[in-house]
Amino acid sequence: MATLNVNIGNLKLKNPVMTASGTFGYGVEFADFVPLEEIGGIIVKGTTLHHREGNDYPRMAETASGMLNCVGLQNKGVDYFCNNIYPTIKDIDTNMIVNVSGSSPEDYGECAARINELDNIPAIELNISCPNVKHGGMAFGTSCEGAASVVREVRRKYDKTLIVKLSPNVTDITEIARAVEAEGADSVSLINTLMGMAIDIEKRQSLLSIGTGGLSGPAVKPVAVRMVHQVSKAVKIPVVGLGGICTAEDAIEFLMAGATAIEIGTANFLDPAVTIKVRDGINAWLDSHGCSSVKEIIGVI
Amino acid sequence: MKHCIDLTVKSVEHINEKYVLVKLTDNNPLPEMKPGQFVEIKVEDSPKTFLRRPISINNVETDTNELHLLIAIVGDGTRHMAKLVPGDKLNVMLPLGNGFTLPEKPSDKHLLVGGGVGVAPLLYLGKKIKEMGGEPTFLLGARSAKDLLMIDKFKSVGRVFITTEDGSEGEKGFVTNHSILNKETFKLISTCGPKPMMVAVARYADNTNIECEVSLENKMACGLGACLCCVEKTQDKGNICICTEGPVINAKRLEW
Repeated sequence: MATLNVNIGNLKLKNPVMTASGTFGYGVEFADFVPLEEIGGIIVKGTTLHHREGNDYPRMAETASGMLNCVGLQNKGVDYFCNNIYPTIKDIDTNMIVNVSGSSPEDYGECAARINELDNIPAIELNISCPNVKHGGMAFGTSCEGAASVVREVRRKYDKTLIVKLSPNVTDITEIARAVEAEGADSVSLINTLMGMAIDIEKRQSLLSIGTGGLSGPAVKPVAVRMVHQVSKAVKIPVVGLGGICTAEDAIEFLMAGATAIEIGTANFLDPAVTIKVRDGINAWLDSHGCSSVKEIIGVI
Repeated sequence: MKHCIDLTVKSVEHINEKYVLVKLTDNNPLPEMKPGQFVEIKVEDSPKTFLRRPISINNVETDTNELHLLIAIVGDGTRHMAKLVPGDKLNVMLPLGNGFTLPEKPSDKHLLVGGGVGVAPLLYLGKKIKEMGGEPTFLLGARSAKDLLMIDKFKSVGRVFITTEDGSEGEKGFVTNHSILNKETFKLISTCGPKPMMVAVARYADNTNIECEVSLENKMACGLGACLCCVEKTQDKGNICICTEGPVINAKRLEW
């Protein structure tokens, strides 16, 4: 049995496996399949200052080894989260992390300030990379100034672990990573979805209501591994890797590329118990390769 | 409680070139399932069949521990399922969704309106109504006589009325034109089928003040209310997930 615990800033994870926002609900949806407390961290659905209905249906299209989505941050707002959802998840014995999104630095800051008051939420993941909302989201994550302005505002109001989720839809992701590091981010997570499109050739129209969506799943994994590798060389803060992870071997690739922890997203839709299987698989791989700790393989490339 | 289990294919019956009836079983007793609920099936085939396939529950045979799925062959995933052979394993997540409302009393007249492969969940619903001591009335529509599915099975459960668009069996026209609707009064309608048919049935129910539940089949990924892809707009709650707050929903709530 290898040691699996890792740290993201001050955040202690019992193992490096977390769930990606928007793919695991608030955790409780998966309680029939997974012992939630055994997951390293659960990053819940993107939360905004105000209620959002999200985009119109259809919001999803299956593509080769992946899927496109344009959900558009449907959520009931941070007040609803604090009053109605937080009480139901606060006693789950793992790191419950809230993904925070917004349409202005002030929105992000105010939302983060509300979450800061919740004792059992030890970290937030700042989503400056959602490709599916018109204002904000990815607009901030695609320029160094935009990304820095959001992180600066949030950092003033949020004193726990701050992870910033980066967009791959940029020319040089390392510049953005350095910009958010300079503003005091404790960690960066990457990648969010890649902007994509799929067309119904009989109807001659996009398969998604807003035309485009974010691509996730194994199709994006090689891009994600490359970006994690680049970013881990460019910043000193720990990197959280995600993008198409379905198996322990996939997760180990990310760890070797430089990720301190990983998130599992789309694969939760294929196998609701995948998180624990990946954790067990990492452990078995470490044992069979004579490693006593997961830290021995992080960033070896 | 939801489960994710490998079931064993007991038989695959080709009803015609477009439909198969897959019967699944397990060594352990199958979880309890309600009419109108559905399952999500993992198709181990090609990169093109990446996500699970949501399939409605056609029937559950408790005596023989069988789950029956009536599958329309429409794409790569369902084509793969049609090629299954006895003994194959199929990973199934179940039971998902809410299910149809059963009549309060066995004597409540309950009309079950289906079209195309949408007839599938109505068989199990009818069977449950019959087990309560009621007599379900099926109103089944299809393009043509050859497109009608499992009619003998429906007849073994309740009264069956049929419409076909070409008049090759039953009354000619759409389900909402059938004369039974003028002759008898129903307390509750449950419907599943193509959206235009369900819209017409929901309007008929609204006009005649009959409670009506429709079963939706929006495209979905997780089946657990996490991905928020399968949403339908409601008048009372905005976007709801069909996988958890449906697939069965009171027609009055919809913006149809």
